[in-house]
Amino acid sequence: MWLDPKNPQLNHNGELHHLLSLDGLPASILWQILDTAKSFAGVTEREVKKVPLLRGKAVFNLFFEPSTRTRTTFEIAAKRLSADVINLAINISSQTKGETVLDTVANLAAMQADMFIVRHAASGAPYLIAKHVAPEIHVVNAGDGRHAHPTQGLLDMFTIRHYKHDFTQLRVAIVGDILHSRVARSQIQALSSLGCPEIRVIAPKTLLPSNVESLGVRVYHEMREGLKDVDVVMMLRLQNERMQGALLASAQEFFKYYGLTEDKLELAKPDAIVLHPGPMNRGVEIDSSVADGQQSVILPQVTFGIAIRMAVMSILAGN
Amino acid sequence: MKIHIRGGRLIDPKNGIDRVQDVYIAAGKIVGIGEAPLGYTANRIIDATELVVCPGLVDLSARLREPGFEYMATLESEMEAAIAGGVTSLACPPDTDPPLDEPGLVEMLKFRAKTLNRARVYPIGALTQSLQGARLTEMAELRDSGCVAFSQADAPLTDHQVLFLAMQYASTFDIPVWLRPQDPALARNGVAHDGQVATRLGLPPIPVCAETAALSIILLLAHETGARVHLCRISSAEGLEMISRAKGQGLPITCDIAIHHVHLSEMDIGYFDPNCRVLPPFRSERDREALRRALAEGTVDAVCSDHTPVDEDAKQLPFSEAEPGTTGLELLLPLTLKWASESGVPLPIALSRITSDAARVLAIDAGHLSIGSPADVCIFDPAGYWKVTPAALKSQGKNTPFIGYEVCGKVSYTIIDGQVVYEAATASSRR
Repeated sequence: MWLDPKNPQLNHNGELHHLLSLDGLPASILWQILDTAKSFAGVTEREVKKVPLLRGKAVFNLFFEPSTRTRTTFEIAAKRLSADVINLAINISSQTKGETVLDTVANLAAMQADMFIVRHAASGAPYLIAKHVAPEIHVVNAGDGRHAHPTQGLLDMFTIRHYKHDFTQLRVAIVGDILHSRVARSQIQALSSLGCPEIRVIAPKTLLPSNVESLGVRVYHEMREGLKDVDVVMMLRLQNERMQGALLASAQEFFKYYGLTEDKLELAKPDAIVLHPGPMNRGVEIDSSVADGQQSVILPQVTFGIAIRMAVMSILAGN
Repeated sequence: MKIHIRGGRLIDPKNGIDRVQDVYIAAGKIVGIGEAPLGYTANRIIDATELVVCPGLVDLSARLREPGFEYMATLESEMEAAIAGGVTSLACPPDTDPPLDEPGLVEMLKFRAKTLNRARVYPIGALTQSLQGARLTEMAELRDSGCVAFSQADAPLTDHQVLFLAMQYASTFDIPVWLRPQDPALARNGVAHDGQVATRLGLPPIPVCAETAALSIILLLAHETGARVHLCRISSAEGLEMISRAKGQGLPITCDIAIHHVHLSEMDIGYFDPNCRVLPPFRSERDREALRRALAEGTVDAVCSDHTPVDEDAKQLPFSEAEPGTTGLELLLPLTLKWASESGVPLPIALSRITSDAARVLAIDAGHLSIGSPADVCIFDPAGYWKVTPAALKSQGKNTPFIGYEVCGKVSYTIIDGQVVYEAATASSRR
């Protein structure tokens, strides 16, 4: 079996050991996760929403940065797999006491953790943790800096697959703050791996990283042009603090040129779907009529997110 | 002590010597090349057969971490590293704690270094008080205490008027100003080259224009003030281009690059290797190629280790939070040899970049083996392979992306002032 010795996500058999990024993951693993999630999607609709796959395992939600949605869906997913879940909001405990990331992790590992779900404000922090934990512990990246948010990327792929079935005929546009977005990076990597032939990014130059084309995308600065005939529109969250500096002039101007409104959405294919990773800023990146409209699949995304996280955790525990 | 170095390949770039020739040392000086002076009897004969005998290396930037950062390294540990690397003279930047901005601190450092009887230490004084970029230091006083140049190290100097005045003041006393060009605002929060890798890994970028924008100001002010300027750690092809043009126009500037930039690029960050967190950042392959070429051609005057020992705790952090820098005193020679052999650069030219050219930048009498000059000598095995491991490094800092590399070029003896201060414990494996 092919195995990249430098890819710290895979074990010596080429199986998923940590989920740190979608970059460098073979497509077969992405499909495995998506297929497994499909089988779990049924569980969430049962009366008894539990399977015993992670019974007796301890899953630590290790959030160095605040989050409600992601942490909650991981927690629900772990509990549906019958795991014991421990939630830790590190930003308000150890870090303020001067403990390093690795000390925190070592202490928690000593409490017999089986899996760490990690969110951190610095790109690459989950790699550091994965490198230093005992070999039987699994690490899942729940968002690190601007780098990656692999489970979000996967649940977006699950959503697209659910509505569009086949990636190889799709035109997808990602709109907004690509520069600071870990979600966008994971989406782009997943779409390329799954064979999506055309990935567009739409943003002003201040919100695009340099060499963004090297990720395999087409760049549009004019939203109306970029949305033409797309099958999927993926909106990104624009964080309020971006308005403070010199990246943008005002929320109003951003909304006028890069906000998704009904009339702009009409340029996309009539059956195009609209995604958003949440939390939304209505009237900044997306108009309420679109967010709550026919083409929006934003709430199903959240539901699918639980199935995806169940799939990832059960696959890791099984490898 | 009279030492006779016998049978080695003598390479003395400044004097144009590259042949098998004996070297005779007495009373701390070189007293004979090729033939012994009349009535010379050696106390010690060093057999240098199949070894290279060259001037002791001159390193333009080595952080010794004293005072203030003794938990990262001490003068003792780093001076041992220097001689193990064949380095006999080194310049240390002022970013200690407190910074080298007072004569007392400089005198103490020189005194401590002297009592260790190891490499010669040439302090670079702080250009502004506490390196804060606002008030000038007593440069003339500091020079009299032993500072050979003045610098901000990696501390920002945002006020162009202060920079202008500092250069004017320094040039009054003909004191060189060393500057690492980086515009603090354009580099704000940045940790990696603004290129493909930073984009993929989501690392906050430092664009090339942070270097070139700062360079353009420095070059203009150098022209305006007539100050002698040395440009430290150039990292980009565009930066080199500007320096080459300015040199062509006769501006009295020199520049250096760090040896790790000769070998590595942004690609080596891999999956967030904190040992690749350096200042300036590793740039693109294209930049790296330009650096290698410019070093061969001489646009780059010298290459240095930019030795920065960092303790394990400060490196084992997420990439952007890790302390920048890499340990390098012991790798300067092997990595220079690696570059020379890969690029087909003749050994004498390669060695000049870490001996005579570096001494010229520092304006010190070192880096050559002329008769009558201080006997600072490095004797190394050019075919001696060794593996870079934490245990193999004498420096207290084990932070280098070259861990695991097999390198060629092992120092056998280091002689300072006619005294053997380092002698390799075990013979390296020859191939």
